[in-house]
Amino acid sequence: MPETIVVMVNGKPITVPSGATVAVAVAMARSPCRRSVTGEVRGAFCGMGICFECRVKLDGKPHRSSCQILCRSGMEVTVDD
Amino acid sequence: MTRAFGRSFDVLVVGGGPAGMAASVHAAECRLRVGLVDDNPNLGGQIWRGETTGTSDAAVWAERCRKAGVEALCGTRVFHHPAPGRLLAERGEEVYELSFEKLVLATGARERFLPFPGWTLPNVMGAGGLEALVKCGLPIAGKRVVIAGTGPLLGAVAVGLRRQGANVLAICEQASWISLIRFGGALLRQSQKLAQAVSLRRELAGVPFLANCWPLEAQGQEKLEAVVISRRGRVACDYLACGFHLVPNTELAQLLGCQIRKGYVQVDKFQQSSLAEVFCAGEPTSIGGLELSLIEGQIAGLAAAGRRQEAVRHFKQRAQLQGFAQALDRAFSLRLELQSLARPETIVCRCEDVPHRRLAVYQSWRAAKLQTRCGMGPCQGRICGPATEFLFHWKPDSVRPPIFPAQLRHMAGMARGEEAESKVVVGGDS
Repeated sequence: MPETIVVMVNGKPITVPSGATVAVAVAMARSPCRRSVTGEVRGAFCGMGICFECRVKLDGKPHRSSCQILCRSGMEVTVDD
Repeated sequence: MTRAFGRSFDVLVVGGGPAGMAASVHAAECRLRVGLVDDNPNLGGQIWRGETTGTSDAAVWAERCRKAGVEALCGTRVFHHPAPGRLLAERGEEVYELSFEKLVLATGARERFLPFPGWTLPNVMGAGGLEALVKCGLPIAGKRVVIAGTGPLLGAVAVGLRRQGANVLAICEQASWISLIRFGGALLRQSQKLAQAVSLRRELAGVPFLANCWPLEAQGQEKLEAVVISRRGRVACDYLACGFHLVPNTELAQLLGCQIRKGYVQVDKFQQSSLAEVFCAGEPTSIGGLELSLIEGQIAGLAAAGRRQEAVRHFKQRAQLQGFAQALDRAFSLRLELQSLARPETIVCRCEDVPHRRLAVYQSWRAAKLQTRCGMGPCQGRICGPATEFLFHWKPDSVRPPIFPAQLRHMAGMARGEEAESKVVVGGDS
């Protein structure tokens, strides 16, 4: 298994260690995960699939809990601007 | 098209942490078909996250699971109980119908969070949450971290983060020194726990441990820049890792109809719930730590497999560890000052952005939900429910399916649960 993986976060390539979750890739991109219903920026919070603050769009599919999904090479992650 | 994959087991275990792994191994070693479902990518739960390789205890249990023939379904989240003896679970784009004769719930616990100004800023995280992210690869070396809240998890997280190079500036523990000294007294009766506490303290040499101390405000523009802590003032930092002890995950037990007492799943000495086919082990029955979870898991696995005589052998050890659970409850109960941290504009429900001032006028959780949507977002009140219980003494409602957000097409399949096995549940375009 390669030691690092490259995923795209809002079109920007981010190199993460293998075994990293998508939430880690988003954090390494220095990006929050989403905008709340009133427009606040939010990042990963509970880290264990409970709070859903870290949800992102993954390969076009919305509302994926980024803290519970492992990065795969070439994955496209989209977070709210 | 979406298909429901059918799987049937003699014993199905929900939750792949220590309790669930122990239950699975003991049931499978009785030559039963055992399935182990967990929503994380790997076994280990929260406490053993990322430790199931190598020579650790976690790795030993993971290896025993493999050898015993436990079928592990990771990345799979149970969201519904459509009929007796069946659960529905999602795994990415797939939906599974899991049939069982006996069920063991080992759904663990989550951190309790209390709202304070700024707690919704990025980089304010759960204590266990930040550690989980670090175990999953988040670089923390050189980052300034303040750890705040209550409970033994704070110190454990500090050790974990320091080993990865974090600069832990302070551990703020809301409990008083008197509570902590009493807790130390309880540890004296548990030699293993005492040894852990001593080695933890040694590893944290140089990190200020502040009792009677709690976070007042997190500050920053687009992300955290500093935290104001009581008695000490403003501390510039990169992360605030906070958690106010643990609350049990009882949603699935409630959905099944298990009796709940004082917030915990009620079990008998064989870890059997009020439902004959459902057993429960670990934190949903009491917050008692790793060792108790392992013992309860072993008892539950054996009892679910019908080996009650063998289960009895573990009773004595469990009784010794249960004293620790009670000591934890006493030592880390929340001080009332924490009820006034949130200001009128502080968000309490993070999913629906409901501020404190909109909630304070209601008498009950139900009324607040109906009028403000508090607790109606994707977390279904898992974060704000325990917070409002502490702030307003509201009691949570009964649980309804789906207990986790599920895809609409999988929800549509719920109605057809009886015929779901190996049939098309509902058409989809992906």
